[in-house]
Amino acid sequence: MLAYYFDLALRSFRGSRALSLLMVLALGLGIGACMTTLTVFHVLSGDPIPGKSARLVNVQLDAGTMGGYKPGDEPQFQLTRFDAEALLRDKRAKRQALMTGSNLPVLPESPDLKPFYASARQTSADFFAMFEVPFRHGAGWDAAADTAQARVVVISRELNQKLFGGENSVGRTLRLREQDFRVIGVLADWRPVPHFYDTTMGDYAPAEDLYMPFATARALKYGTTGNMDCWDAQGAGGPLDINAPCAWLQYWAELESPGQLADYKSYLEHYSEDQRKAGRFQRPVNVRVRNVVDWLVHMEVMPGDVKLQVWLAFGFLLVCLTNTVGLLLAKSLRRSGEIGVRRALGATRRAIFAQFVVEAGTLGLAGGVLGLLLAWCGLWLVRQSPADYAPLAQLDAPMLALSFALALVASVLAGLLPAWQAARVTPAQQLKTQ
Amino acid sequence: MDLMPILSTLRRHKTAAILIVLEIALTSAIVCNALHLIDVRLTRLNADHGLPEAELLVLTVRGTRTDDSAADKTARDLEQLRALPGVKAAAMANQVIYGSNSNNTTVTPSKERKNERFHSAQYSGDEGLMDAMGLKLVAGRNFKPEEYQFESRFLGADEIRLAQVIISRALAEALFPGTDAVGKTLYAFGATESTVVGVVDRLPHPYPGRADGAKGYALLLPWRPNYRGGSYILRVDPAQQDAVLKAVPGVIEKVDATRIVDSARRLTEMRSAFYAQDRAMAWLMGGVIVALMLVTAFGIVGLASFWVQQRTRMIGTRRALGATRGQILRYFQLENFLLSGIGIVLGMGGALALSLLLMAQYEMPRLPWLYLPAGAIALWLLGQIAVLAPARRAAALPPVAALRS
Repeated sequence: MLAYYFDLALRSFRGSRALSLLMVLALGLGIGACMTTLTVFHVLSGDPIPGKSARLVNVQLDAGTMGGYKPGDEPQFQLTRFDAEALLRDKRAKRQALMTGSNLPVLPESPDLKPFYASARQTSADFFAMFEVPFRHGAGWDAAADTAQARVVVISRELNQKLFGGENSVGRTLRLREQDFRVIGVLADWRPVPHFYDTTMGDYAPAEDLYMPFATARALKYGTTGNMDCWDAQGAGGPLDINAPCAWLQYWAELESPGQLADYKSYLEHYSEDQRKAGRFQRPVNVRVRNVVDWLVHMEVMPGDVKLQVWLAFGFLLVCLTNTVGLLLAKSLRRSGEIGVRRALGATRRAIFAQFVVEAGTLGLAGGVLGLLLAWCGLWLVRQSPADYAPLAQLDAPMLALSFALALVASVLAGLLPAWQAARVTPAQQLKTQ
Repeated sequence: MDLMPILSTLRRHKTAAILIVLEIALTSAIVCNALHLIDVRLTRLNADHGLPEAELLVLTVRGTRTDDSAADKTARDLEQLRALPGVKAAAMANQVIYGSNSNNTTVTPSKERKNERFHSAQYSGDEGLMDAMGLKLVAGRNFKPEEYQFESRFLGADEIRLAQVIISRALAEALFPGTDAVGKTLYAFGATESTVVGVVDRLPHPYPGRADGAKGYALLLPWRPNYRGGSYILRVDPAQQDAVLKAVPGVIEKVDATRIVDSARRLTEMRSAFYAQDRAMAWLMGGVIVALMLVTAFGIVGLASFWVQQRTRMIGTRRALGATRGQILRYFQLENFLLSGIGIVLGMGGALALSLLLMAQYEMPRLPWLYLPAGAIALWLLGQIAVLAPARRAAALPPVAALRS
């Protein structure tokens, strides 16, 4: 029966080519717009570390002075060096790491390569295991290397390609500024989306090219990049000093389970209370512990424009659908005569209804194919845009399936009213007017 | 023209009429807000920040080793850069408009008013900065040569002493409303006060138009940054900019070849990159408006054609009874005008509701009322243009042919 209705639908399209084309076009445009914006939304709202995001937590403590204090305010979103190093020493979570971004001059051995700057991350030993960073060669460093301020680096696949032609460079030497470092690990491709562990680098920035122990970088007085928030005069040591009243380090911890969150939070509250008693903290205890998903929501990582575009696309689809309903309705009314004949020959109301719904669905499939094509073009356009998330806008299998589902559901919904109208046609009246 | 026959006909095609009204309403609600969004973005794109942007080049240089003579090299760089043909002024600044970093500090007017905190852009630069950036003093004076300090020495000090500052007019008016700011004191760092020696007309935030920079609060400090943290700003005759950009790497290399020229660009390029997202959004909105209008127009054409076909008998009868072609034409035009009108009224309500939603969710300003009549006229015109072809087809129907069918 379905095949017959499908055949009828095709005949009907041939009968009114311009109108059918118009409906497919409108539906395709609406679906294409929705799919483009939804795909971007889907990519950007992805979980950067699925399976672990619920027990990876970011830590915030309020180390500010009373100046400008308002109860209920958020604490600084980063930690001071003093607090980050203290929490790291305490080791109260399964894994933990402090970190900051940095840009470091690389002086290649090869005379063909000019010195250049590479993005770097100064962090501590647990970083790699905690964030499930994939290695191609070698491994990260251990806590002993942190303590010893070892001159070791882990490099990205791209940097390894650039400096060592992609071969296993573990054990080779890398010169940064005036210091030699030993390469101990080479990463496989790794790009967490969003760049969740440090959004000050750009929410969708690629991962860094170089990783080194924070302790080593501090001993060598390497600079840092990112956000620095100071609330009091800095001493002679400058803002990177251990006692400077400046928050500039990200601090992440991996808990055994999400249930451990309350314990961990109470530990942080005790820590803050102790700091208050010692006179370092002035404000009332104000601790935030957010898992990856909550953290990304809190940092408003999703660009407002992207959300706006999704709403806009659905508004557009709604107009396209209203349009389709109107045109389908007109078409079904025009075919009252044909329906009358079919009804008189024994077709039930249900059969007429089914026939028209199938016709709408067929239209939806055609619109879906067109929409997919348009979405593909739309995403290409998005990739040409200058936003840092642009290269990520790729259509994937779930979105492909979703676009067809959306097209089919939307068109069938649009077809319900006209089909119902068609099914109400009384054969006798139609035959009489013919 | 009598409205009654139109209304009674529409009553018999309620569903189709409602659908077309709904479509027009949705379209006009979206179009009004999309137009407004384009306007907001274009205003941002075209904003004048009071700088001679077309003349400015920005140069960033980075070292690859530790350097104890960064201040000295910076001075030598500047000397060489100023000697290039076409360079009117050159300076070193800690940050540049449309640049990648922004330094800010909180300013309070006095100890008594310490809860009044003004988040301000914090610029620092050498003697040439006022000329290079084309800043206009509106009160007071520029810094004296002996007032300049080196940033490197300064940041390592136990206590930051900041004797003189120049502030933007916006900050002056916020801190000292109604009075002359020159000679007044303010607190920008720690516990020592600084004296305002001058007020400049405008000193835009590095990220103009984005949350922090909206109010135009800024202060300029007499510290000389060096090449390791700051950027060179060159004011160059546009005709000679290409030559200057080409000569820059040689100049930097001559002073110290271990350094890297990180970027050397026109400020206009940086502006274009800074606003790229706004431009893309404006184009996207434009595309959506065109697509929406087209879809709606075709919807009207489709439905009107169907109605013409369905009412062939009625048209024939009326023509046979003496109605002119013009009357038939006007009948369909009026019908469309009426349907559009209802749609537009609903749509204007929708536009306002949507605008409220956008204000709450996306920090959009309120939809100015002027958009409502503009949107209404656009959709009325659209409806009339769309209905013209089917209406003319109806008017062209000969009475006999109509009666025969």
